Amino acid sequence: MDGVSKAAGQEAAPKRKGVRSAFENFMNVLFFLCGAVAVAFVLFITVYLVASGLPAIREIGIVEFLFGQEWASTAAEPKFGILPFILSSVYGTAGAIIIGVPVGFMTAVFLSKVAPPKLAGAIRTAVELLSGIPSVVYGLVGMTVLVPAIRVAFNLASGASLLAAIVVLAVMVLPYIISVSETALNAVPKEYEEASLALGATEIETYFRVSVPAASSGIAASVVLGIGRAIGEAMAVMMVAGNVANMPSLLESVRFLTTAVASEMSYSSGLQRQALFSIALVLFLFIMIINAALAFLLKRGKKD
Amino acid sequence: MKAAETKSKKRILYDRTLRILLWTCAGLTCALLLLVIGFIFVRGLPNISWQLLSTQPSYRNDTIGILPNLINTLCLIFGTLLIVLPLGAGAAVYLTEYATNKKVVAAIEFASETLTGIPSILYGLVGMLFFCNFLGWGSSVRAGILTMVIMVLPTIMRTTQESLKAVPQSYREASLGLGSGKWHMIRTVVLPSSMDGIITGFILAIGRIVGESAALLFTAGSASVISNSLMQTLSSSGGSLSVALYMYVSERGEIEVGFAIAAILMLLTLGINLAAKVAGKKLKK
Repeated sequence: MDGVSKAAGQEAAPKRKGVRSAFENFMNVLFFLCGAVAVAFVLFITVYLVASGLPAIREIGIVEFLFGQEWASTAAEPKFGILPFILSSVYGTAGAIIIGVPVGFMTAVFLSKVAPPKLAGAIRTAVELLSGIPSVVYGLVGMTVLVPAIRVAFNLASGASLLAAIVVLAVMVLPYIISVSETALNAVPKEYEEASLALGATEIETYFRVSVPAASSGIAASVVLGIGRAIGEAMAVMMVAGNVANMPSLLESVRFLTTAVASEMSYSSGLQRQALFSIALVLFLFIMIINAALAFLLKRGKKD
Repeated sequence: MKAAETKSKKRILYDRTLRILLWTCAGLTCALLLLVIGFIFVRGLPNISWQLLSTQPSYRNDTIGILPNLINTLCLIFGTLLIVLPLGAGAAVYLTEYATNKKVVAAIEFASETLTGIPSILYGLVGMLFFCNFLGWGSSVRAGILTMVIMVLPTIMRTTQESLKAVPQSYREASLGLGSGKWHMIRTVVLPSSMDGIITGFILAIGRIVGESAALLFTAGSASVISNSLMQTLSSSGGSLSVALYMYVSERGEIEVGFAIAAILMLLTLGINLAAKVAGKKLKK
């Protein structure tokens, strides 16, 4: 009797072990699939954008498409030049960065080094809130405050302009620049600053000549992140930039790459629709370049 | 002697100027936030009425109500989270607990970073091409849900991964040492102690969905009609609050309704941030 049950027990143990390891393998594969989904999404988006974006570029001609200065998609003889959109996006982003980076950078130094802890905590909350405000809300404020102000200040027929887009984008990129720069500044080893202070430098001199250079990779990353956010913003720009396909000029109505896609999508067809996909592809390429730069800078920042 | 004196004067000037600049810029940032919030509330709060919150728009009575948009937003939030939470948390578990191949980890992390950087208008476009056109769903809330799943996946992955990393290795060793299997160990030890991170991700994801407009406009559409059933809501076009704001302001010129919705969105944003803060504090404990 005893021997039998013992033998049965011995037989059951490996069996249960087999079931258990099969189950563990199953969980392993299941979790792997969850992880693989992210990769699949990226591939899916890339393939879809390339596949839908290329035909129109081929039909229009890449030089004509990228460097054509006129966009008249619904004209009898349609023209599909997206240089106005590319330049508007580039100028708009550059403008936002020129305004947003100094303010954001200074705020980051203030938060990381100068501010009393309680004040820093309060400002950090404010920065988080700024980044949480939906872009349509920024668009609405821009539309009702900024656009009329620009119209009055420059005596224009309409204030919807590149300048309005630049100011709105500058505010929108501010939180990203502040939080990434601050993280980089906080990571600077205390010893660097102590050494500088011990050599007789003032606190401010130390922050700007020791801490900031030491955190330069992270600060550069914050700028690149800001560029990515600004170039990809659609709705807020759509609400304040007027949306006319002009070559960019500060006080004129312009159309960005993002808004070019958004504004005609609902009623487009045929080659016009395909050209919109091609614009999306161009935007995607810009973003991928920016992403690569960001990854490079963040990696370098970690190594330092 | 004199040279030293002028140098130190220069240094004092440098010091003072930069200090003033630092305070000014920080003040400017706060002032911007206060101005935006204050402006939205002053113009928006008086326009919020029970009628606005509890009805759907009616051309016959010439009234505007945002109840359909509230329902659509809730549907989008619940639908998206239902799918993305297991997926994102699972991916994070794989990265921190299971993955042994460094190249696979790098590929998944790179993919997640790439997804974070893609602008929402591109998500909207791909979502429209695939879900609405290719699958033939048309503009529908379910297309919006699946598009949002792709968009917020990296958020959930990142926050969960951070909190999983914070679980001490000794917990895992103790559990495995007592003879539990890997999945049992993850389910009973690792996941419960990283719950705060998952909740933070959950809250941030809600914020992202509430604020999203470009991606949803092209996938979930912009209709403001109350459907009879959940299935009908999912399969028909429905604009979220943010999309409704855009439509009322840009297409119909209803600025006051826009401000009312903006005030509601701001209240939601404030609530979401507060909730994320509380969860984050627990995480640190």
